[in-house]
Amino acid sequence: MPSLTLLGQAVVSGLLAGGLYGLLALGLSLSWGLLRLVNLAHFALALLGAYLTYQLGVAFHLSPWLAAVIIVPVFFLLGVGLHAVFAYFRVTEFTSLLVTFGVTVIIESVIQWFWTADFRRYETPYATASTRVGPLFVPTLDLLACLTAAALALATWAWLRFSYVGKALRASAEDPAIAAAFGVNHRAQAFLLSGVSAAYAGIAGAFIALISTLAPSQIWAWVGVVFAVVIIGGLANPIGALLAGLLIGVSESVTMVVVTPAWAPLVSFSVLILLLIARPGRV
Amino acid sequence: MSARGRSFAAGLLGVGLALGVLPLVGLPAFYESFLYLVFSWIALATSWAILSGYAGYFSFGHGAFFGAGMYTTATLTTALEVPFLATLPAAGGVAALLGAAIGAVVFRVKRLRGELFGLLTLAVTFVLATIVLNTRIDGGPGVYLSAVPLPRLVSSPTGTLYLLALGLAVGTVGMAWAVAHSRLGLGLFAIHDDEDVAEVEGVPTLAYKLVAFTVSAGVAGVAGGIHAMYVSYVTVGETFSITVPLYVVLMSVLGGARHWLGPAVGATIITASLYAFTGGQQAVLGRAVVAFVLIVVMLLLPEGVVPAILRRWRAWRPQRDAAAAAESLAAHGTAANAVAGTSAIGDRHVVGMGNTIDDGHPRAGTTPALECNDVWKAFGGIQALRGVSLTVAPGEIVGLVGPNGSGKTTLINVVSGHYAADRGRIALGAVTLTGRPAHEISSLGIGRTYQIPRPFAHFTAWENVALAATFGAARCSPQAARAEARAWLEFTGLGRRAAAMPHELNLHERKFLELARALAARPRVILLDEVLSGLNPGEVAGAIRLIRAIRERDVAILFVEHLMRAVLELSDRVVVLNEGEVIAEGSPHECVRAARVVEVYLGKAHVA
Repeated sequence: MPSLTLLGQAVVSGLLAGGLYGLLALGLSLSWGLLRLVNLAHFALALLGAYLTYQLGVAFHLSPWLAAVIIVPVFFLLGVGLHAVFAYFRVTEFTSLLVTFGVTVIIESVIQWFWTADFRRYETPYATASTRVGPLFVPTLDLLACLTAAALALATWAWLRFSYVGKALRASAEDPAIAAAFGVNHRAQAFLLSGVSAAYAGIAGAFIALISTLAPSQIWAWVGVVFAVVIIGGLANPIGALLAGLLIGVSESVTMVVVTPAWAPLVSFSVLILLLIARPGRV
Repeated sequence: MSARGRSFAAGLLGVGLALGVLPLVGLPAFYESFLYLVFSWIALATSWAILSGYAGYFSFGHGAFFGAGMYTTATLTTALEVPFLATLPAAGGVAALLGAAIGAVVFRVKRLRGELFGLLTLAVTFVLATIVLNTRIDGGPGVYLSAVPLPRLVSSPTGTLYLLALGLAVGTVGMAWAVAHSRLGLGLFAIHDDEDVAEVEGVPTLAYKLVAFTVSAGVAGVAGGIHAMYVSYVTVGETFSITVPLYVVLMSVLGGARHWLGPAVGATIITASLYAFTGGQQAVLGRAVVAFVLIVVMLLLPEGVVPAILRRWRAWRPQRDAAAAAESLAAHGTAANAVAGTSAIGDRHVVGMGNTIDDGHPRAGTTPALECNDVWKAFGGIQALRGVSLTVAPGEIVGLVGPNGSGKTTLINVVSGHYAADRGRIALGAVTLTGRPAHEISSLGIGRTYQIPRPFAHFTAWENVALAATFGAARCSPQAARAEARAWLEFTGLGRRAAAMPHELNLHERKFLELARALAARPRVILLDEVLSGLNPGEVAGAIRLIRAIRERDVAILFVEHLMRAVLELSDRVVVLNEGEVIAEGSPHECVRAARVVEVYLGKAHVA
């Protein structure tokens, strides 16, 4: 059994890593839950965002915060464009998965074409900064990512809960025909949501660039865990996605400390399997 | 074996032999290696489609079965020094067992939807990978098979692997064809379109899904076993990567997952185009091109390449095709007449349906065909049925009426086995129905229609009815079922619409299709759920004649109806339900005058 300090540190790192899971899950959860589109390309977009942040920083000495200001609107438009294709071809839930798989492979190829398959590391002065809380270290960047995830999750929740657009989106997800009969313009809102979801991928990307080492194959590393987070959190439930991200993050990092790092994936997927079997109504 | 089956088998064997002699005539190893990959992917994609394409349960777990096979062969050949060929059945067996175990758990999940199944199977893959990585099966460094002796079927080692993969691919495609043309395949296609209805029509859905999943997993396991030898170095990262599950899905969907040849075509296209771009930057570009083609095909031909080509092909030669169809219809028509002449649909029932032969009409007093005794059913806090008891005798028509929400449709759902009763006993003659699965209840002789018609969307009207004849109490062979179905389409006046797809039928035709489908199962009791609602007066008159003609066959009829004119005209007896309780029972005219019934329908009379 590891020491209490080690365990405490594991919980802290798990929470912080979980924030990033939650941030990635947020956009996926929205488009899946409200548009019934499974956007596998969300991971590719996030990594593309990370590489763009890296490129803007390395080549133009643009700070990551300024890079994000550029990337977010561009990604919003990318999301709108992707949805335009889906809307034009009336893509179904399942076809969306296959089409976005194709998009993912194309983005992966583009990344590999420009940045090669080699690992890239974005060196910033913030990378090693951390705050000390008692015996525990809290890395500043990870904390920032986690706080951003929490802020976005709360804002998105409030948006869906209280704004007209949010209510209209939820109504359309329940029954598009009835919602349309009551004057909901589902098409316009779907474009907005798809754009927002892609913009979230861009924000997640900026943090990925700052926190982790980049390689094109990283796209696939996130898929399993984040899908688990999305389902555990409940579709189109921003707070749920955040909490599920934190839960999975903590359970993974505690497993790493208590057992061995290699067993970590077993935890998240066992949680997912048990949850799906016990509560199949969540998806 | 049918003539079609023989010519298919001959063709497949011919292709297999022609490809099989290639290593003997000295095909360069490069091509052997390339074709090996094609065959391996054909076996994987085709086996995947047997459950996922046919029944529509998209599995993302094919990598788990492939990996289970790979590690079985790797472990047996290295740790236990079992000869390579002897490990292949074991590889298939382990994977099949894994498939059966996963299926036995997952298919019991209520309201299991497609995406849910996909994610569960993907999650299982990751769990399995973690276990293999952390136990002695692998432990981290991977397993080397380079020292394992490879038996020499032909002079070169690649030639041997080529032949093994070819054999597996040919066998799998042959099996996919055989399944598609069997009772199992028919059931799986029906599950794809509407699983609840398939079960109620008599398809043993759980058993069929399990068999398909097990077979599909087993083939993937054998393919994995062969592949372990091909790569000769097995690692968890490569084996359980996302590649296998995604590629089999893409290949099958590209080729057409519901067609037996679709996955093989898709596998060939994708493997060949990936192989065309090898090495360095070109490979990166190649992958992007393949991905782009995939996107375009998915958007333009969502049903897949093979079905799309077949459709164009038929459209190109409309005249020949129409003539053939007419010929086939005529042939089946004759067969149907022959059946009608000799079997129980005989003259008295079909030809003489206008007759009013009243002999042997068992009325009240004879043994009931259907007997419900104190049936209870609750949904959460809502008590839908509170101790309903009723009987229907053979040849009797009982009208079940009551306000909306009184439990009429629930009763039909409980009798047909769609819901299990909480309490009480339902019997068909001497046989207890309560506690049996819906498909068993159907094959014992309970037929039903749905208020909103639920035909199988990818089946023609004829195939819809034939399915009921195959799986219901009639238990026809597929050939006999087509003849039988033809007769019931004629009986319900849909003979001319036999080749139409359900979406081409209007409401009246779809309602009659429901009826034809229920009748083709040869039920002893038929439950009609508002067959008349939404029909115009002329159509209602036709339907009433039809229901009378059904009664002439000594079938017990329980019909739910709001249309009082039809209830009064048709029913021998009426049972009135309100809030899940029987509040009146008796002759139609008595019932509609009973004070309690009037009160329920119109409210309490208040004296002014």
